[in-house]
Amino acid sequence: MYSFDFLRPTTLAEAAEALARDEALALGGGQTLIPTLKQRLASPSVLVSLGAIAEMKGICRNDAGQICIGGGTTHATVAAELAESYPAMAALAGQIGDPAVRNRGTIGGSLANNDPAACYPAGVLGSKSLIVTNTREIAVDDFFQGMFTTDLESGEIITEVRVAVPDRANYQKFVQPASRFAMVGVFVAQYSDGVRVAVTGASQDGVFRWTEAEAALSAHFDASALDGLSVAADDLIADLHGSAEYRAHLIKVMTARAVKAA
Amino acid sequence: MTKVTMTVNGKTVSGEVEGRTLLVSFLRETLHLTGTHVGCDTSQCGACVVHVNGKAVKSCALFAQEAADADVRTIEGMANADGSLSVIQQAFQDHHGLQCGFCTPGMVMSTAALLAENPKPTETEVRHYLEGNLCRCTGYHNIVKAVLAASGQDMDQIAAE
Repeated sequence: MYSFDFLRPTTLAEAAEALARDEALALGGGQTLIPTLKQRLASPSVLVSLGAIAEMKGICRNDAGQICIGGGTTHATVAAELAESYPAMAALAGQIGDPAVRNRGTIGGSLANNDPAACYPAGVLGSKSLIVTNTREIAVDDFFQGMFTTDLESGEIITEVRVAVPDRANYQKFVQPASRFAMVGVFVAQYSDGVRVAVTGASQDGVFRWTEAEAALSAHFDASALDGLSVAADDLIADLHGSAEYRAHLIKVMTARAVKAA
Repeated sequence: MTKVTMTVNGKTVSGEVEGRTLLVSFLRETLHLTGTHVGCDTSQCGACVVHVNGKAVKSCALFAQEAADADVRTIEGMANADGSLSVIQQAFQDHHGLQCGFCTPGMVMSTAALLAENPKPTETEVRHYLEGNLCRCTGYHNIVKAVLAASGQDMDQIAAE
C-alpha cells in the first residue's frame, strides 16, 4: 500500500480536526478499508484511526427507549449486547464476516462504506433509525444514496446510530459463500404503525426499501401477503454468482422467510 | 517512523513502525515471531489470527499502531510454561488436525478464542466459528475433531462429511 501519516486521536474533536487535513481518510475497524489500501484503490495522505475514541463505543438506551449504538461499536459487541433487547439486529451483526472480522469491524464504518452487499445497511434502513454524526442528525431514509455513496460530507464521522425497537423483526441472509457477504439479505421489521422491508445485496443502487411488500405486510403481516408481488430485475446486480432475475426471485423468497421467522 | 510499544506473549516490546505497517509485519519482521503466517493478505484466510486484548483478530487487517499498548498473544505464546504443547495444540497433533501446517497457527488461535467464550461447543458451532479460517489440506474434519477433543468432548460422535 502507499505510504501515509497515521493518526490515532482519542477525542472526536481531535479526529474532526485531523480529518480536515488534505486527503485525510477515516479508519473504522479497517476490515474493508485496509484490504482496499493494499490494493491501492485508496491513497490517503493521512489515515485517521477512530479506534481509540472511547466516546464512540458502546450501547445504551435513551429516554425515548431507542437503542443508541456508538459508531465505533464492533459487530461482536452488537451481536452480544443486543441479544435480548433487539435480537434481530444482534443476529444480523452475528452473521457479518467471521468472528475475527466481527471483533474489528464497526457499525459506523459499515454504514459509511455502504457496500451494496453489506448487512448493516439492511438492518438500519429496515429499522426506524437515525444516523448521528459529529455535526448533525440524518434520517435513515436520507442517508443511503446509492452504491458506496451516503449523505455524509467529507470528514464527517458517524458517532451514533439510534434505532427504535420494532414489535418483531427478522433478517434473512442468502450468503455468497466465498465472501460471506449477502447475495440477497432482507430485513423485515413490524412497528405499530407499519412494516419496513429493506433489501441488501441485490440492487445496483445499494440497499433499498421494498415499498410494495411494506404496504402488503402492513395490511396483513403474513407471508401470503406477498403472493402476487414481484420485484423488477431491471436495476438489480448480475454477476457470476447470480443473474438479476435470480436475485429478484431471492428477494421475495427471503422476505417471506423473514416474515415467517419474525 | 513512530515508536510503538505493546505486550506480546507477556513481554513488553517496542519498535519503529510506519503508519502502514501491519501488526503481522511488526510481529514477523520486527519481533521475528514468524509463527503467525500471512496466507491471503486480504483478511479472508485467517492464517494470521492473533489475540489482541483477548479477542481474535486478523493481524493482516490491523495496523501495528492500532495495537499500541495492547496485550497481544500469538502462537508462540500458546505452549505451556515448560515448553510442552497446550491442550489445543496437542489435540491438533493427536487428531491429525494439520497436514502442511500453514493454517495451523490461525486455527489454534481461533480455537482458543472459541473455547474461551464457549467451552463446550457443538460440532455446528465449531464449524461456524472457524468459517474465517481456511485450510486447503485437511477438509476440516480432523480440525473439528481436534477442537472437540480439546474441549474435552467425545469427538467420535461427529458426522462424517
